[in-house]
Amino acid sequence: MGREVAESCIDSLLTEMVSSYCNHFYANKPELAARRIEAIGYQVGHQLSERYTMERPRFSDHLEAIKFICKDFWSELFKKQIDNLKTNHRGTFVLQDNRFRWLSRMSPEPSLENVDSQDPSENKAAQATSMHLYFPCGIIRGALSNLGIPCAVSADISNLPACEYI
Amino acid sequence: MPPVAPRSGDAIFANVERVNAELFTLTYGAIVRQLLTDLEEVEEVNKQLDQMGYNIGVRLIDEFLAKSHVSRCVDFKETAEVIAKVGFKMFLGITATVTNWDAEGTSCSLVLEDNPLVDFVELPDTCQGLYYCNILSGVIRGALEMVSMKTEVTWVRDMLRGDDAYELQVKLLKQVPEEYPYKDDE
Repeated sequence: MGREVAESCIDSLLTEMVSSYCNHFYANKPELAARRIEAIGYQVGHQLSERYTMERPRFSDHLEAIKFICKDFWSELFKKQIDNLKTNHRGTFVLQDNRFRWLSRMSPEPSLENVDSQDPSENKAAQATSMHLYFPCGIIRGALSNLGIPCAVSADISNLPACEYI
Repeated sequence: MPPVAPRSGDAIFANVERVNAELFTLTYGAIVRQLLTDLEEVEEVNKQLDQMGYNIGVRLIDEFLAKSHVSRCVDFKETAEVIAKVGFKMFLGITATVTNWDAEGTSCSLVLEDNPLVDFVELPDTCQGLYYCNILSGVIRGALEMVSMKTEVTWVRDMLRGDDAYELQVKLLKQVPEEYPYKDDE
């Protein structure tokens, strides 16, 4: 398995990174913060896929590469595989993780009774969660680009704690 | 109910959820790299890493106290030992040694032979002056402040700069008696 550290280390680090970029460096500029967070993820994904594919032959096609991401890559990172993979056979893949570790401690948007505070707090909760997701999206994009597949990755969290990557 | 005995660092580490250290090392590296690009000044990056560490330490102490069941430390010497043997172990899986106590017992060094943050890391010449692991000094400072100790934590030796080990000097500045943590608005 190799060396390990406590999960709370990576959780704290990620939370702090997102918080620093969103509230400190680019407060009020969520677009810029998001791009930075995604860039950090891209770097990590690129390097990780480099290390995990060193001994393997090149993947024969896109589907093989995506399957690698779903099985081996995801297992290395999250100790489980992607639960569901769908494709439209025209270049779009949907990877679904039903219990995404990094989100497992975030609550779904609470239903809001008070109409006045509805907008700001709903946006804040959704925004915080989506900011966190730029990181894994970046990881996937970085990993795939290292395998020769340029792509765009976005995330959908309509059913927390499940998470879909497209 | 009898008090629960404090657990050893190894026992706690064996029981917490653990992840691949590579993910942690690479994520930290990517963050440092991004900070260098965004902030440009090495000193700024050092400060930012320390601040991030401080924010993490302030929260991490709760988890530490909850999982380790250590009772209140009698003195700073015990505090340092606990950080070295239990703290580092349960989070990073490494142990540190405590050395170099000064005469009053308010300053000591934590020495790490091994450090997961720096696996495979090499600093390029353009980063002279960067304290790559500065997040650790912030974490210790933040955590100790939450248990009423104001400290100053500085790097004495850094392997990425050519030294043979990582050495952090922890100096106790002030032991603040328990007080309401929030200052009045100035």
